Amino acid sequence: MNLPEVKNRVVITGLGVVAPNGVGLPAFTNAIKTGTSGITYHQNLKDKGFSCCIGGIPIISEEKKLEYLTPLQLRGFNSTSILYGCMAGIDAWKDAGFSVDENSELDYDSGLIFGTGTSGIEKLREAIYKIDDQNVRRLGSTSVVQTMASGISAYLGGILGFGNQVTTNSSACTTGTEALLLGFERIKNGKAKRMLVGSSSDSSLYTWGGFDAMRVMSYKYNETPEKGARPMSATAAGFVPGSGAGALVLESLESALERKATIYAEVLGGNINSGGQRKGGTLTAPNSEAVQKCITDAVLDSGISSSEIDVINGHLTATSKDSLEIENWTKALQRTGTDFPHINSLKSMVGHCLAASGAIECVAAVAQVKGQFVFPNINCDDVHPEISALISNDKIPTQIIEKNITILAKASFGFGDVNACVIFKKYFD
Amino acid sequence: MRVLSLKNISINMIKEEIISKLKTIVKPYVQNEEGFKNLNENTDFINDLEINSANLVDIILDVEDEFKIEIDNDSMEKMLSVKATVEIIQTKINA
Repeated sequence: MNLPEVKNRVVITGLGVVAPNGVGLPAFTNAIKTGTSGITYHQNLKDKGFSCCIGGIPIISEEKKLEYLTPLQLRGFNSTSILYGCMAGIDAWKDAGFSVDENSELDYDSGLIFGTGTSGIEKLREAIYKIDDQNVRRLGSTSVVQTMASGISAYLGGILGFGNQVTTNSSACTTGTEALLLGFERIKNGKAKRMLVGSSSDSSLYTWGGFDAMRVMSYKYNETPEKGARPMSATAAGFVPGSGAGALVLESLESALERKATIYAEVLGGNINSGGQRKGGTLTAPNSEAVQKCITDAVLDSGISSSEIDVINGHLTATSKDSLEIENWTKALQRTGTDFPHINSLKSMVGHCLAASGAIECVAAVAQVKGQFVFPNINCDDVHPEISALISNDKIPTQIIEKNITILAKASFGFGDVNACVIFKKYFD
Repeated sequence: MRVLSLKNISINMIKEEIISKLKTIVKPYVQNEEGFKNLNENTDFINDLEINSANLVDIILDVEDEFKIEIDNDSMEKMLSVKATVEIIQTKINA
């Protein structure tokens, strides 16, 4: 039997975000429009001997936690990645027009893909200390669910009562963008009507320590934290660690129209690939050929031409690889100088939120498409000369720009030589 | 004879006190408030209070902290009702 091929159009109907510079979509949108930094000094990093003592941590009160998790869920709770993911996920689901009710009917048409790098690393530390102290029985019931990688999808799946696929993906700093594309494929192919997608990352020196040891974190701006995250700048000195979560509700256009839901943007297409750690690619460095292929394949998949891209939201971490990323964009799109689209990096305001970065940045990207603006790169008054040689400086706005955006390209790249690129389009009624 | 009867009284008092403390311990895990309101010696943690079975180990840890006792694996398996739990606590306290 040959069934007709189902290819649904996929739109975004809900957003949720927990970011260092804004918790909740209104606060976050306002922060990125005004160029507000969420980077602050952290004495505990200094005390533990970190070179980089600044970072991005969302500010969340105890009362706020109780709006999302029950007192029972918060007993023995010590996993910021799960907390942030639950907050962003619940917010996105409500933003899409759904209620959150523990007695809601099981929804087989809705699923979720919510990624993370490590889960509940502070909880894991607690467990390790107890076990080493021959006190394994004192772990209680809370250790496993908070430290398993899929803890975040397990929590959210139960809170929202989803009956479609409920899983966690993990691909380093590509995680969030990959989650979005995996959810997109699932709806496009008719396997689900709605997919909540996103990713989260712990606020913890145990997550950040390894990067400090690799000397890839910014240690020259401890006295001026807000200046520390400087993507594309000549004085960029490494990334500033961040944390938080982003979440998006993807939905088939048919379902969204049926519900008369607010549509933020359409997901036109995208691509996920790997450089295979060949041709210059390593565990930690990208194979440029694969990066360019990921972008061109995303453009192809979306059925557009690269000349139609109005804005790029880059990966751009503020390490020495920024120039290479710009070069890869210019080659992939065949656009340079004044012909290059506007480009920005959210990391100038929130730092590098690692596994959460892709999702938080996708939320920022979609907010720009919906709001028709380009948020500023706040620490890029001195564009790196290698970048100036490739693209016009005015394509890297340091002030907010109001702009008609039809197409926005967003990419994320991760350790393991993995890449993801998604193409968002303004939704026209 | 006299000593024995005094001991009985003191055990009974302890039982009331234990149930009262136990009530405070299980409260956060309870999902059936009606069952909690009527909590008595015959209350079953899972059937009457609808406590998630995974949380039973947390209750046992809280009991250990409250009564400063240690509960072995065999006793743990029996701690499914107020009655059994009180008996185990009494045994451990008096041990």
